[in-house]
Amino acid sequence: MKTKAILGGLILALVGLGLIFLGCGDAKKTAPYVVGGIFSISGPASYLGEPERNSLEMVIGEVNAKGGINGHPIKLTIYDDEGDVTKARLHATKLAQDKNCLAVIGPSLTHTSMTTLEITQKAKLPLISCAAGSAITAPAKDRVWVFKTAQTDKMAVERIYQYLQKTNLKQVAILTVSTGFGVAGKEQLLSQASQYGIQVVAQEVFGEKDTDMTPQLTKLRGSTAQAVICWGTGPAPALVAKNMKQLGITIPLVQSHGVASKKFIELAGDAGDGIILPAGKLVIWQQLPDTDPQKAVCKEYAEKYHAKFKAPESSFGGYAYDAVRMLNQALTKAGNNRDKIRSELEGLKNFVGISGIFNMSPEDHNGLSPAAFVMVKIEKGEFKLID
Amino acid sequence: MENFAPLLQYLISGLTNGAIYALIALGFGIIYNATTIINFAQGEMVMLGALCAISIYHVAPSLPLAFAGAVVLVTCVGLVFERLALRPVKDPTPIALIIITVGGAVLIKGVAMLIWGKEAYALPPFSGNDPIHLGPATILPQNLWVLGITAISVLALEAFFRLTLVGKAMRACAYNTRAARLVGIAAGRMVQLSFGLSAALGAGAGILIAPLTLGVYDMGTMLGLKGFSAAIIGGLGSLAGGVLGGLVLGVAEALATGFISSGYRDAVAFLLLLLVLFLRPQGLVGGRK
Repeated sequence: MKTKAILGGLILALVGLGLIFLGCGDAKKTAPYVVGGIFSISGPASYLGEPERNSLEMVIGEVNAKGGINGHPIKLTIYDDEGDVTKARLHATKLAQDKNCLAVIGPSLTHTSMTTLEITQKAKLPLISCAAGSAITAPAKDRVWVFKTAQTDKMAVERIYQYLQKTNLKQVAILTVSTGFGVAGKEQLLSQASQYGIQVVAQEVFGEKDTDMTPQLTKLRGSTAQAVICWGTGPAPALVAKNMKQLGITIPLVQSHGVASKKFIELAGDAGDGIILPAGKLVIWQQLPDTDPQKAVCKEYAEKYHAKFKAPESSFGGYAYDAVRMLNQALTKAGNNRDKIRSELEGLKNFVGISGIFNMSPEDHNGLSPAAFVMVKIEKGEFKLID
Repeated sequence: MENFAPLLQYLISGLTNGAIYALIALGFGIIYNATTIINFAQGEMVMLGALCAISIYHVAPSLPLAFAGAVVLVTCVGLVFERLALRPVKDPTPIALIIITVGGAVLIKGVAMLIWGKEAYALPPFSGNDPIHLGPATILPQNLWVLGITAISVLALEAFFRLTLVGKAMRACAYNTRAARLVGIAAGRMVQLSFGLSAALGAGAGILIAPLTLGVYDMGTMLGLKGFSAAIIGGLGSLAGGVLGGLVLGVAEALATGFISSGYRDAVAFLLLLLVLFLRPQGLVGGRK
């Protein structure tokens, strides 16, 4: 009898609570906007996911402190996919089933983005990916609900070839890593070469975990190449630089945007001097002229990130920073209507972000041009803006 | 002459890598001799050696100290690993122990990831970075260090096994554990010693290549596999075989990269392993068992 009485009391109390909540003013107006996030916060790609999550939380924290968007606070639901396609899919399904979720930011990697977008497309949920692969948003007519903020390989290659053309280097040797990043880079390097009057005279690959590239470089030394283009991430590209120095190869070494970090300079040591690479403007924002509209954005982001997380800012965090700021702008105008949010994102013009100036259109859901990259040279352990 | 210049460079690259594989293969061989198991955590000892040396160097920038300190630390890890993971096993069949070493490798790698993170670290070369010109090819002082220290280690090991009482006792255990026990050799102690010794060798290999390849928490797996292949190619349990296997493997890889295609580098290594297993399963040097 006693338990029944307690149960009855509980039920009454719950119903009462529910009524109180229902009666709580104009609930619709101040209901929070739910925004999802999927990042590789742990696992091998945590160097991407962690700054992305931090940047997202930083911006949303500021927005909420100022009273939210049109009075609606933003509620974040962030998941960690650990760089794993299956987990990304699972989290995407959870977010897609949440009727209140208005948009998703992430994932961090190309392959996790590709699986996530299948689900968000079906659910008609706007997705702003932070990954590089151009296939994420192309062709845009099949990717109606997908946008991305990271620069693509294609732009990096265009930028490198423009630079080589300017410096009158016509014959190049390419050395690419055998992972997805390297394969995609190689494809672009080969397919765009002829447009810029550049001839690829030798092509070699190396493994992500290889520890000695002297055989490949010895082979390249025998070719007529006037420059070496290396496409990789992690420690291997630093070894390429070291091995080139060992072999006494003095032609310029061009690296990809995959190594545009202080860590690379540290790993390459002396061998890093003179390396040329395309990089996002955040890397050298202090050297940008004041007339560059991106300077202020980069400065604000770098300083805020430093202050909040006591860690150096990174271009990766910048992808999420751009994504969430874009989304906030869309939410301000469109409210909680997914369809309108999508149209707002697609119509975004002259949006000044960390990664470049975005001009979205129904044909282009990335909205960046090769100008999003600058060419930098490593000099005395620092990146120096050269073009 | 046209082909000679690159050939020499490939040989230098191949011999340096081969020497490292040889050191790792020796570690496999020593433990195999004492216990007839394959210690798959051997590659992780290489990684630990490199990362410990880098960390010690960071605190006290002295290379000899970093070298010695890292070898001692990793030797302790090897001893503790044997004591905690392998000795308590109730039914020590070789297959059970081998599986435990695989688990140990995963654990060590995981712990290393927690301690050092996923980033790579650099260790300065032992004596400068200026390449030495050797005819048409160039060689780094560090390559000479690798070759030299490997040669010294091999000779010292050989002397240890042939000339000292402990070394002879270890060999006795390898030939026939029961007979060795009967004449009063503490076989358990010998097993432990073999783990310590091979951990030290692995650590040495790791420190030697750290200036060339950088140190990162997941470098051990592939090196361990290559070292294992080298041990099999040469003949498990034979010192000379391990060295020969390592050098053959390293040179074959470099030549394959240079003359065929860099994409086939790892394929060549494992193809060589398969060939040896098909045609001469006891290894190049190993006798018939």
